[in-house]
Amino acid sequence: MQQHVIASSSPNPRPRARDLSAEEIAEIEHELTLYPTKQAVGLEALKIVQRHQGWVSDESMLAIADYLSVPVSELEGVATFFNLIYRRPVGEKVILFCDSVSCWIMGCDKVKAQLSAHLGIDYGETTADGEYTLIPVPCLGDCDKAPVMMVGEAMHRHLCVDTIASVLPLKNVRGDK
Amino acid sequence: MTDRPLTKNIDLARGALNLTDYEAAGGYAGARAIANGLEPSDVLERVKNSGLKGRGGAGFPTGLKWSFVPKSDDATIQRYLVVNADEMEPGTFKDRMLMEGDPHLLIEGMIIAAYTIQASRAFIFLRGEYFDAERSLAKAIAEARESGHLGRDIFGTGFDFDIVLHTSAGRYICGEETALLNALEGKRANPRAKPPFPQVSGLWGKPTIVNNVETLCNLPGILAHGVEWYQSLGSGGDFGTKLFGVSGRVKNPGCWELPFGVSIREVIEGYGGGMQEGFTLKAFLPGGGSTDFLTPAHLDTPLTYAAIGELGSRLATGTMILLDDKTCPIGMIGNLMKFFAHESCGFCTPCRDGLPWVDTIFRDLETGKGSFKDIDILKDHVEYLGPGRTFCALAPGATAPLGSGLTLFAEEFAAHVSGAKCPYH
Repeated sequence: MQQHVIASSSPNPRPRARDLSAEEIAEIEHELTLYPTKQAVGLEALKIVQRHQGWVSDESMLAIADYLSVPVSELEGVATFFNLIYRRPVGEKVILFCDSVSCWIMGCDKVKAQLSAHLGIDYGETTADGEYTLIPVPCLGDCDKAPVMMVGEAMHRHLCVDTIASVLPLKNVRGDK
Repeated sequence: MTDRPLTKNIDLARGALNLTDYEAAGGYAGARAIANGLEPSDVLERVKNSGLKGRGGAGFPTGLKWSFVPKSDDATIQRYLVVNADEMEPGTFKDRMLMEGDPHLLIEGMIIAAYTIQASRAFIFLRGEYFDAERSLAKAIAEARESGHLGRDIFGTGFDFDIVLHTSAGRYICGEETALLNALEGKRANPRAKPPFPQVSGLWGKPTIVNNVETLCNLPGILAHGVEWYQSLGSGGDFGTKLFGVSGRVKNPGCWELPFGVSIREVIEGYGGGMQEGFTLKAFLPGGGSTDFLTPAHLDTPLTYAAIGELGSRLATGTMILLDDKTCPIGMIGNLMKFFAHESCGFCTPCRDGLPWVDTIFRDLETGKGSFKDIDILKDHVEYLGPGRTFCALAPGATAPLGSGLTLFAEEFAAHVSGAKCPYH
C-alpha cells in the first residue's frame, strides 16, 4: 500500500501512517457498508479514530487516507473544516462551552471567567492533569436552559458563577498535589 | 383528535415512547394509511393541499418541493431522502426536543416522505453535539427495523426503506442543504451552485429531498387525521402548529407547540411568563440569529410567515431571542457577528473577508476603540454581504440583525464611539 508522507513541524519531520487497530478497522468497515463511496466515510473514520485515540494525529490521518484510498490533502481539508475533529491532543474530556447569543445574554462570559480561573486554563488549553480541554462552541441548542456547556457527552445547564467550580472536580490541577 | 400533533407524546421527564407505546398512542397510523392503498401521488396531493411549509427557516411549501423530483416509474433510479437535523441556528432549540422526545414520530414522517418520492434510503444528518438525540434515534431506528417498519416491503406496500443515522462534527454551514450534501459525500461542506437543485441532482448526483426534522414530524398527523383537520389548527394563512420558543431574560424560557397565528405577546408574556423582575423588553429576534430585530411595538403581531414578513423580518425557526434593557445591543449583535464570521465556510470573498472585518469592528466598539467611520463601514457591509452578493444565504442572514440593529440602535452605536467605551459596562 502506498504510504503518504506529509510535511510537519512536529518533532518527527516525516510522519508515517500508523497501523489502525482491529477495532478501528471493524468500525470503519461497518460504515463502509452504509455509504456508496469510500470518500463518504472520511468524516466517520476521523471520528472513529478520534474516539479511540483521543485526537487525530498526522500518523492517524495518513492511515485513514491510505485505508480509504483518498488523498490525504482532501481528508485534511475535511478534518480541519469541522469544529469537533481535534488535530492536536486534548484532555480526557473536552469542555464545549457555549458562547452564542442566548448564553451570552444570560451571562456566560462571567461563568467562563470563573471556570477559567477554577481550571487555570483559557480557550484552547488543557489542564495540567490532562483532564480537561476548554473550547468555545457555537449555540448548543439548549437556549431555554442557558448558560450551558457540554463536558464529554453530558450537557450541563443553568450554569452560574457560584456553582461552576462544583460541576468539574479537579485532581492535580495548578499545584493541587 | 389532538391539537398538538408534534408534541402530544413528549414528556422529557419520562423519556421517549418506545415503539409499542408509540403505536398504542395512535402512532404509525399515517404509515398504515399508505398501506391501505394510498399511491405516492395521493400522498403528494394531500401534503400539497395541507399547505405545509418547511420548518427549517425558509418556509418553502413542502409539497411543491417534493413535486420537483422527476417523475419516473423506474425503480432502479436511486432517490434519497435527507433529514436536516443539524440544528445550529443561534437561539434555536426545537428539533432537539422532537428527536429526544419522540423519535418514532420523525421515523414515521420519514417513511411517508420517502414513500412519496420513492426514496429507498434516507440519511439523518444529525448535529454531532446532539448525543442524547443520537441515542434516542438509534434506539428507535433499531426498534422499527426489528418490527419490520423499516427494511424490505414495509407495511406490506412492496416498498423497501431504511435509514442511516449520520452524525456530523459541528459546522453551521451544513444547515445549507447543498453544503449538507457535500458533507454527506465526505467533502468539505461548501455550498454547491444551484441549479441543478437537489431534487434533480442531489446526493451523489441522484434526486434528493432535504427536509427539516420539524417539517417531517408534521406528516403523520396530516395522513392520519386529514387535510381539513390540519388546516383547522392554524390561522392567518398558515396551517398546522409550530414549535415556538423564547430564550433570554424571561421568567419561563421554553419551547411550546402552538397554532400559527398566536400573537408574539401570548408567547412571550403568556407561555414565557413575561420578563424577569427588573428587566424590560427592549427588542427581539423573532426566529433565530438570522432574523431582523422587532420591538415591543410588534408584540400583538400574529406569528405567521406573512405577518412577520410584512414587518421586514422573518418567522424562520420560530425561536425568539429577547434583548432586555440591561444587555448591550451592540454586544448582542457583536456576539452574532462573531458566530457568523467563525462559521463562514470561506468559499466566497464577501463572506470570508467581510464577516471577520465586521467582527473586528464590533470588538473595537466594545473596547472603546471604534470610530464613526467604523459605523459607516458596518452600514456598507449590510449591502456588501446582502442577498445576491454572496454564494449562499449565510452572510445575508448575518445582515438581518446587523442592518436592523444599526437602524434601531443608532444611538447606542454612537454612544460607544463618543464615550469611547460600552455604556452598559
